[in-house]
Amino acid sequence: MTDKIKGSKILLESLKQENVTDIFGYPGGVLLDIYDEIYNSDINHFLVRHEQAAAHAADGYARSSGKVGVCLATSGPGATNLVTGIANAYMDSIPMVALTGQVSVNLIGKDSFQEADITGITMPITKHNFLVKSVKDLAETIKKAFYIARTGRPGPVLIDLPKDITQARIPFEYPKDINIPSYKPTYKGSIKQIKVAIDLMQKALKPVILAGGGIIASNASAELRELVSLTGIPVSSTLMGIGSYPYNDKLSLKMPGMHGTAYANYAVHDSDLIIAIGMRFDDRITGKLETFAPKAKIIHIDIDPAEIGKCIQPTVPIVGDAKQVLKDMIELLKETPVEPKKEWLEIVQDLKEKHPLSYKQTGDVIYPQFVMETINQLTKGEAIIATEVGTHQMWAAQFLNHLHPRHFLSSGGLGTMGFGFPAAIGAQVANPDKLVIDIAGDGSIQMNIQELSTVAYYKLPVKVIIINNRYLGMVRQWQELFYEGRYSHVDLEGKQPDFVKIAEAYDVLGLRAEKPSELKKVLEKAFSHNGPVFVDVVVNREESVYPFVPAGGVLNKMLFSERT
Amino acid sequence: MRHVVSVIVENKPGVLARIAGLFSRRGYNIDSLAVGITENPDFSRITLVVHGDDIIIEQIVKQLYKLIDTYKVIDLTKQTHIEREMALVKISVTASTRSEIIEIADIFRAKIIDVSEKNLVIELTGDQDKIEGFLVLIKKFGIVELVRTGSIAIQRG
Ligand SMILES: Cc1ncc(C[n+]2csc(CCOP(=O)(O)OP(=O)(O)O)c2C)c(N)n1
Repeated sequence: MTDKIKGSKILLESLKQENVTDIFGYPGGVLLDIYDEIYNSDINHFLVRHEQAAAHAADGYARSSGKVGVCLATSGPGATNLVTGIANAYMDSIPMVALTGQVSVNLIGKDSFQEADITGITMPITKHNFLVKSVKDLAETIKKAFYIARTGRPGPVLIDLPKDITQARIPFEYPKDINIPSYKPTYKGSIKQIKVAIDLMQKALKPVILAGGGIIASNASAELRELVSLTGIPVSSTLMGIGSYPYNDKLSLKMPGMHGTAYANYAVHDSDLIIAIGMRFDDRITGKLETFAPKAKIIHIDIDPAEIGKCIQPTVPIVGDAKQVLKDMIELLKETPVEPKKEWLEIVQDLKEKHPLSYKQTGDVIYPQFVMETINQLTKGEAIIATEVGTHQMWAAQFLNHLHPRHFLSSGGLGTMGFGFPAAIGAQVANPDKLVIDIAGDGSIQMNIQELSTVAYYKLPVKVIIINNRYLGMVRQWQELFYEGRYSHVDLEGKQPDFVKIAEAYDVLGLRAEKPSELKKVLEKAFSHNGPVFVDVVVNREESVYPFVPAGGVLNKMLFSERT
Repeated sequence: MRHVVSVIVENKPGVLARIAGLFSRRGYNIDSLAVGITENPDFSRITLVVHGDDIIIEQIVKQLYKLIDTYKVIDLTKQTHIEREMALVKISVTASTRSEIIEIADIFRAKIIDVSEKNLVIELTGDQDKIEGFLVLIKKFGIVELVRTGSIAIQRG
């Protein structure tokens, strides 16, 4: 018989068993026993300045490393502050375990001090959640939570931990295996269906691959690259799939959809076969469903059966893990090769040449696209880039040279302003030797600007580059195009803080660039600085993102900038 | 089309909330829902009656499967099955209508389970059509209160 230990210690021991080395959290009354345990634990705890940042940091940690991200918050307001971050991870299928403190079991349901029904609140935004009501269930629940978070279609799992459970004592034994009879993800795709898919690939004249976040989640980037080299089929990556196929390759069509490249959109619209891998036909990709790729048959590969047929009825559904399915596909393709579609590739090449992403530099003012190009020049596509949400995010998706999976961290499904900075913090913790950059808007950065304190305290050398247009730019663009330029509550000019001074107040290096000629030097200084940096890049105010497929529109009917 | 879907779930607190929440969140309509324990006390069976075309029903089934606590989902509509619901009906009676009501109840093999001067309480089980048919016939006497369980269903054989 082993010694009885406290629930809080069981938690920490269990986390160790799951190979957790880093947690992002914020203490509170019901967490005192857990924090007391953390005090002498060798797990690194990062104290954020707002619980939302803890969830986003755990998310960025997971996206950039492939490990499960862990965040911790106290009951009531601490737990509810996690909600946006959990929802964000849920929409993008990010493996995460969120630990929340709860009032003692006998106080639950009595509107006790700092009580919130967090399992009830997070039911629709977690893959699963647990309220631990007996210390006997604690270790097994943790094991289950990590298993559910990282297997199948990954996602956030929440464990609610009442204070008395963390204080109760019981001998600790971590279960070796767990069996959840009602949860058995399918990894291997049907070989029969894969053969049908290959047959369609052989017959197709104008095939396109749509590569989604599922490829990154299942680490199938190498397999995707092999598939493309075997078949010569061009690839367009969704926002979540960015990095799964290198942007600088001849067969890369970059991103499709609302702010996708014109050539991706034309190619998808004209294609006769779409091979959708680990993507869910989000409305930002398809536009109006009825007019999406009207001539195309669809092969849909996804680990989540519920994604298949949710938006688009596929010709060939394949349920399975992207990596497994692609491996099987590659094996079979070696026996029955697909001839490259020469004519189609010429058309695609022609589209790429005719409709490149472009912008026009006028005057002595910095264009956001120029910032991205300068970053490319300095980082050679090797940095990990997080983004906030807005026009800057779309320019980062379009103009940065994306070469590797897990190097582009962006809030895809939820579109969460405030995501990027804490996500970059998480990525920096997971990748201490990499250059980690957050591309921010001047609006978004103010949603979690308090995390300057976190990067300063832990000396996390995150570089935040603020594309400062003194507008809530993306909303301004919509108001310009669809509301006759009635700029309702989007102008931040004059009410904007001095970002350099803010950085300095937190003991972080603040830099500013206002002229194109200054930019490279300022960024060089930022990237070579051995610590966190806030870079305020003052840009052309009313620059908009193009091409643009208006919401619910048709992919081949894009709006283009009048200036280019 | 009307579908009867049987969902076997872990018998745990919160599971019903997950199922009901899934329906409201995804915009599906539930006509009725009945829950009870199964022959194995670790599992409950939820019988759902839902309306939708094949694509919607397929999505509902897949979304139900996606819940970690869901063990099995069976669309009984695709198989021969038996369906029952129960109704308790309180009907107002007078001396002159009492015998006619009792006669109708007999024909439907319903039970009279409570009698007072003004009211009768009748218990009736059957499929939806039978219950509807009964209600149409007795409506004219005045239904004071009506309670229905929603359908439960089981595969034949
Ligand atoms: C939390 C949150 N609130 C509101 C929005 C709606 N929204 C989308 S983009 C945007 C403007 C973003 O402005 P900024 O961060 O300055 O970036 P810019 O578009 O100017 O590059 C807003 C308000 C959102 N996505 N997230």
